[in-house]
Amino acid sequence: MDFLNAIVALANFVIIPATAYGAQLALGALGVTLIYGILRFSNFAHGDTMAFGAMVTILVTWMLQGAGVSLGPLPTALLALPIGIAATGLLLIGTDRVVYRFYRAQKAKPVIYVIASLGVMFILNGIVRFIIGVDDQRFADGERFIISARNFREMTGLDEGLAFRTSQGLTIVVAIIAVALLFWFLNRTRTGKSMRAFSDNEDLALLSGINPERVVLYTWLIVAALATTAGVLYGLDKSFKPFTYFQLLLPIFASAIVGGLGNPLGAILGGFVIAFSEISVTYAFRKVVGYLAPEGWEPAGLLQLLSTDYKFAVSFGILLIVLLFRPTGIMKGKSI
Amino acid sequence: MKTMGPKHMLLFGLVGILFIGTGFVQSWNTALTIFNMGLISAIMALGVNMQWGYAGLFNVGVMGFVALGGLAAVLVSMPPVNEAWAAGGLQVLLGLVLGAATIVGAILVWSKMPPGRLRGLAITVILVAGFFIFRAVFDAGVDAVESVDPALTGYLGGLGLPVVLAWPVGGLLAAGAAWIIGKTALGLRSDYLAIATLGIAEIVIAVLKNEDWLARGVKNVTGLPRPVPYEIDLQANENFLALAQNVGSDPVTASTITVKLAYAALFIVVLLALIWLSEKALNSPWGRMMRAIRDNEISASAMGKNVKARHLQIFILGSAVCGLAGAMMTTLDGQLVPGTYQPLRFTFLIWVMVIVGGSGNNWGAVLGGFLIWWLWIQVEPIGLFLMQTITAGMAEDSGLREHLLDSAAHMRLLTMGLILLLVLRFSPRGLIPER
Repeated sequence: MDFLNAIVALANFVIIPATAYGAQLALGALGVTLIYGILRFSNFAHGDTMAFGAMVTILVTWMLQGAGVSLGPLPTALLALPIGIAATGLLLIGTDRVVYRFYRAQKAKPVIYVIASLGVMFILNGIVRFIIGVDDQRFADGERFIISARNFREMTGLDEGLAFRTSQGLTIVVAIIAVALLFWFLNRTRTGKSMRAFSDNEDLALLSGINPERVVLYTWLIVAALATTAGVLYGLDKSFKPFTYFQLLLPIFASAIVGGLGNPLGAILGGFVIAFSEISVTYAFRKVVGYLAPEGWEPAGLLQLLSTDYKFAVSFGILLIVLLFRPTGIMKGKSI
Repeated sequence: MKTMGPKHMLLFGLVGILFIGTGFVQSWNTALTIFNMGLISAIMALGVNMQWGYAGLFNVGVMGFVALGGLAAVLVSMPPVNEAWAAGGLQVLLGLVLGAATIVGAILVWSKMPPGRLRGLAITVILVAGFFIFRAVFDAGVDAVESVDPALTGYLGGLGLPVVLAWPVGGLLAAGAAWIIGKTALGLRSDYLAIATLGIAEIVIAVLKNEDWLARGVKNVTGLPRPVPYEIDLQANENFLALAQNVGSDPVTASTITVKLAYAALFIVVLLALIWLSEKALNSPWGRMMRAIRDNEISASAMGKNVKARHLQIFILGSAVCGLAGAMMTTLDGQLVPGTYQPLRFTFLIWVMVIVGGSGNNWGAVLGGFLIWWLWIQVEPIGLFLMQTITAGMAEDSGLREHLLDSAAHMRLLTMGLILLLVLRFSPRGLIPER
């Protein structure tokens, strides 16, 4: 029985949260990696794009909740998500028109785009704080748990409870759907194929008559969908606070680089690598080991490798190791 | 100086008028407060300009280097806490040495042993065993130190030396961190350096917030010794009182202004020395080589220049200047508050200064430092005034009016982003372009 309890404790505190967090990071990293592959720069405004999408979704959710609309057990935010995506899409296309297109025409160096994205980051950050403020916002409603810890204990008769929250289940399901749609689009549709061609070899793609502006437009729209979904899922799972989204930039970039910048599959893998290491390094394994150890041998300490405040150090450490030993990432990405 | 034409003197004159205007409209105390931080901002901008303007390196971890400088101010100037040292100071140090030895051991094994399964196994054993030994020694020491009068000290304290000594030490600390980052991330693509510096900055702040034994973490270290006299002492001084009477000012205002002027004098000496050194360096063969590398790395390395080593050199130099400025800032504040280090304020704002001022030009970076810092402070009252004008016609209890007034504080982010984008687009070489 103790072995089972240990597995349940591990699943409850490490596997399920890390899977949900990994899915959120993967969605974020997919956006970063797409922009890198097609527009060829690291977009520092990505965290704030996520915050903007989540903010619009939250505002619409509040309106819907005010009007008495609900999805039953599911969070109302799902209904508001398409509007959030549309608004973010408009915003990203707008910034592309106003900011980035000029530098594309000039064939500016990638680092100039990065500096421009810093400017966009400031502005988005200002807009989000201006509209919704800097505080924590909660907008989750509907059923809180798919399985609650007490129900699980009653069902199985184990000592250890396992809680599976709706937001976690939803994150995993939505992420799978989003990734499936993305890969279908990239591999099966004409536009998707032209995007991949453009990413592989820009000159050759232009020669074969691919319209670059169209490719860029679709890229921003897809990035808007991915970023908003990632932002809303993260907000449902934890809570919405503009500054946290800015801080997500580091694990998201780490995921994209660890997986191989410009490689969508790598971004997903990278997201889970970062999430699992972050959570398992900062989790106190005392309980799990306590179940496994023989009677009287329970550990005295917390068995926590690093305190949770150092979770950024974990993504950073993995990033350094990858940069040192395999600079193109686990799955080979681009290097320009 | 031949880098300054009449047009550029005019620009400096205009920024000077902004500060003098602040003195007349608001108060001389406010103007001097902004001016002192402007001096520090100018030094930070000089550091970033070395990396970006001379060599094209993209460092977004300025905050981390600035915070390391702040740490140096605490470690050098605060009096040592003898009970804490007796309780576990040596044990903490021993733990750190053991941790460092583990990493050095792993690196030695990596470079000395032939590649293979045995090497991997050896490194894993060293790292795992080293980690647990490190934690066992270190944690016990930390607990002992932190339990010494936690409300007042609970940390090891510093060396009790004059705080001015902390300025070069801050530069050294920042240079050390820059060396580690540069060794790993330079020579790879430019984006990687950006992400690596972003990461190290977050980690430095996390360490400052959590390692209470080092600098009290979020409990903050306050009351750092000063390099200039205290206001209270001035107000008790007969000569000073007589002097204030002669100028016709009340003793309180006179003493605060004198203290600020003393700080300003110290900072101006540092700033002028740095400008002189960087102008010399930029116009020397070394500076020309740096710009040649920046403009075309391939042809520079074909000419026999060691691009990676030069990049590492300038990255360390620029970061050291940021660390120096960080130590000066903490000295001016008189306290180290890790919670106030925000990347938007300490990294990205410095970037706006460099881009707006003119990357590659030292005078440009200095001008940008003063101008943008002044704007950063003044945008808030201006924004509030704007909002009050806009909302003047609305009903007193209108929710929108309240929201707009509350949000005026966020105007500065918007304004800074807008300025950055406009300058980058319409005047990419900045106010004082590179020659």
